[in-house]
Amino acid sequence: METQDLIPIQILCNQYKIPVSFINTLQEFQLIEIIVENEGFYIHNKQIKEVEKMIRLHYDLDINIEGVDAIYNLLKQVKSLKQEITMLHNRLRLYEDL
Amino acid sequence: MAYIDYYKTLGVSKTASEADIKKAYRKLARKHHPDLNPNDKLAEKKFKEINEANEVLSNPENRKKYDKYGEHWQHAEEYEKAKQQEQYQQNYQGSSGGYSEEDFSDFFGNMFGGRASTGSSRQVKFRGQDFNAELQLDLKDVYTSHKRTLTVNNKNIRITIPAGIENGQTIKIKGHGGKGVNGGPNGDLYIQFSVLNHSKFKRDKDNLYVTIDLDLYKALLGGEFMVDTFNGKVKLNIKPETQNGTQVKLKGKGFTKYKKEDQFGDLYITYQIKIPTDLSEKEKTLIKELQKLR
Repeated sequence: METQDLIPIQILCNQYKIPVSFINTLQEFQLIEIIVENEGFYIHNKQIKEVEKMIRLHYDLDINIEGVDAIYNLLKQVKSLKQEITMLHNRLRLYEDL
Repeated sequence: MAYIDYYKTLGVSKTASEADIKKAYRKLARKHHPDLNPNDKLAEKKFKEINEANEVLSNPENRKKYDKYGEHWQHAEEYEKAKQQEQYQQNYQGSSGGYSEEDFSDFFGNMFGGRASTGSSRQVKFRGQDFNAELQLDLKDVYTSHKRTLTVNNKNIRITIPAGIENGQTIKIKGHGGKGVNGGPNGDLYIQFSVLNHSKFKRDKDNLYVTIDLDLYKALLGGEFMVDTFNGKVKLNIKPETQNGTQVKLKGKGFTKYKKEDQFGDLYITYQIKIPTDLSEKEKTLIKELQKLR
């Protein structure tokens, strides 16, 4: 893994003005993955978008972590179902004119 | 500019307390927040309205101005100054000119601009909003990779559309979304492709399907047959005694594989045998003779 892709958790928390415990809780709920390298704790930059979303849900909308967990998983299901619908629509087109 | 009733937007009365406003905002924000309603333009619009209403009503000073000046609350001080000046002119110069109700709207309407609403009082850096766009293409357009210039929010972006892209597929253009908040990185642009198929071929990923009419005698006796593929014609050998509905596969004559312009799926051809109509007496006699032989 490229080290430039890793963001130290402390820097991330300072940036978003959130406590480190919030990130730890997200990991406990298996919502994000914390990477340990050279005794430092990091988050991969690919996860930033999701972390930001969870920060907004928790701090702006006052949703507790259990709620964030439920919403996050439901949104993943919605995304997967939407993809399945698109795929099925495409397959249906094969038979539409028959 | 149309008057927006922020109280109505939040569903509270004009006498609502700060706590009531906060509660109403949270409830509506949870319902319409873009994170909870991805790709829902209506929810996004509603969320912006809720945010705008909350920004005004959650601040006691702004709320007071809004209650007095309505949608022009932001320019209350300028209005007061203008009013004072008008009174001064009337009192000391006897001027008959002034600001009518119409002038009031025009004056402030020109100055009234859109505001960015973040819905958050924490001054933190956030990625900009992701933008979504839809692009319609014809099936033949996606047979090969090609470049196209798109205009998104008045900016021209030149993108490469990879060969073999599917209907409903989305690609991400990094950094071409909304501007970051408080210096955060830009959001991304998501382009969903709507691939219209006007050809006689049906597509399932990189395989193509087509039904062709075959005359009875060619089906019975076999022979050569020219068939259209997506990129030209090929000669097919029809086996004698080919049955109606027989499917044959032409390997590598299907659609381009996604992002692999030199690789192709297969073309599946289904034969539909056409029975001759309007038979002459002679034909009928000969067919009857054939029937006797079976």
